[in-house]
Amino acid sequence: MIKNTKPVDTLFIYLLRLADSNLILSQRLCELCGDAPSLEEELAISNVALDLIGQAKNWYEYASELDPLKRTADHLAFRRDAHEFYNVLLVEQKNGNFAETITRQFFFDAWHLSILESLQDSKDERIKSIASKAVKEVSYHLRRSSQWMIRLGDGTELSHEKMQSAINQLWRFTGELITSDHLEDALERDGLIPDPRKIFGLWKHSIETVLSQAKLVNPDYDAWMYKGGKQGEHTELLGFILAEMQYLQRAYPDAKVW
Amino acid sequence: MQKYGRPSPKSLIDNTPYQNSTKKQILATDILGDLSKPLEYDETSIWQVLTQVQDPEIPTVSIVDLGIVRSVSLSLRQISVEVTPTYSGCPATDLINDLILEALSHAGYWNIKIEQVLSPAWTSDFITSTGRKKLVDAGIAPPKGLVSKSSLIDREISCPHCNSENTRLLSEFGSTACKALYQCHDCREAFDYFKCI
Repeated sequence: MIKNTKPVDTLFIYLLRLADSNLILSQRLCELCGDAPSLEEELAISNVALDLIGQAKNWYEYASELDPLKRTADHLAFRRDAHEFYNVLLVEQKNGNFAETITRQFFFDAWHLSILESLQDSKDERIKSIASKAVKEVSYHLRRSSQWMIRLGDGTELSHEKMQSAINQLWRFTGELITSDHLEDALERDGLIPDPRKIFGLWKHSIETVLSQAKLVNPDYDAWMYKGGKQGEHTELLGFILAEMQYLQRAYPDAKVW
Repeated sequence: MQKYGRPSPKSLIDNTPYQNSTKKQILATDILGDLSKPLEYDETSIWQVLTQVQDPEIPTVSIVDLGIVRSVSLSLRQISVEVTPTYSGCPATDLINDLILEALSHAGYWNIKIEQVLSPAWTSDFITSTGRKKLVDAGIAPPKGLVSKSSLIDREISCPHCNSENTRLLSEFGSTACKALYQCHDCREAFDYFKCI
């Protein structure tokens, strides 16, 4: 489906990648609502999830305008199946323990801030305005997750061990964040999205700065990586997330009053 | 809007009777007189009405003081109000639009169009000095300084209750996305800080 797409479709799919990653991570974080380790974390996690949903809405609204099938933003979020979702695999991974939740968030935030900062220079005005809005929110997200990485990594022996184990487990999902495919290469040539090498540089810098401060070991960038999320090939986890997230909209399609 | 027990002001924007319609209908001109003349609206009085609209999450501060209303423009037949959300995920956005419609239509204005703008992105620099004072009165510390990268480095935040700078951050996120939670070491009160963003 992705191959041989027209430029507009290419941008449409790229916007879905951004929106879907935001939405799925947000849904994962919402699972912790009422179940977070402390009240302050509960507030932080829910607020991060809220920011991500808001940004996803902005991307979906733009995607909806470019959609060849003319679907609405709500339809794109709640009525597509797992193979039509283009989020990165990292965000669909389970919350696990707090070390895993925070490490997943940190890897994502470091990428998210790098990509948003660079999208502010996009040739597309709409992308630019959505990114400049989101970039400020995401700086706060990265600040919070970095602080936790440092506090727990450089904490007790047990917290350090749990953090390192979370990093080692989730590292294999990070390759997808920083490698491009032909679709992204085409958009980059048109000046719509940044050079993936630039994103990799920015991402690597945040990861290395924080992990060294946290006294954690930085895994190998050449390690074997999972891929496919951006092309619609997911781990078995996404189906369960969608089943819960989309239940109402699928049971009562086009309902106007809830 | 029915939930407030008032007629829906949306019905006022939906009917545009003077568009190309051949059907016999009640025209606005029948009620309001000749629409070819400029309406006797002026921007100042519209801003005055908007100043009365309070932010739903911080009810002591108006949406004008928060810098959410970006512009008001008048054409012959339409009032356009441009609003910008404080945060992408601000859940109050739709409610704020409804409150603007309600306030303007109760003040006798009609044919109001509310437009959402994302650019330039809202920043805490848009909060007026009146707004900052009202935040303090409500027990919320206003954003410190103006926005730049350095805003993300911890600063001394003054307690809105006793003015002490001996405070600490409790949580990066407070009761809403736009606030962080702090505590004052001197008066021991916890307080919200409106983030510099």
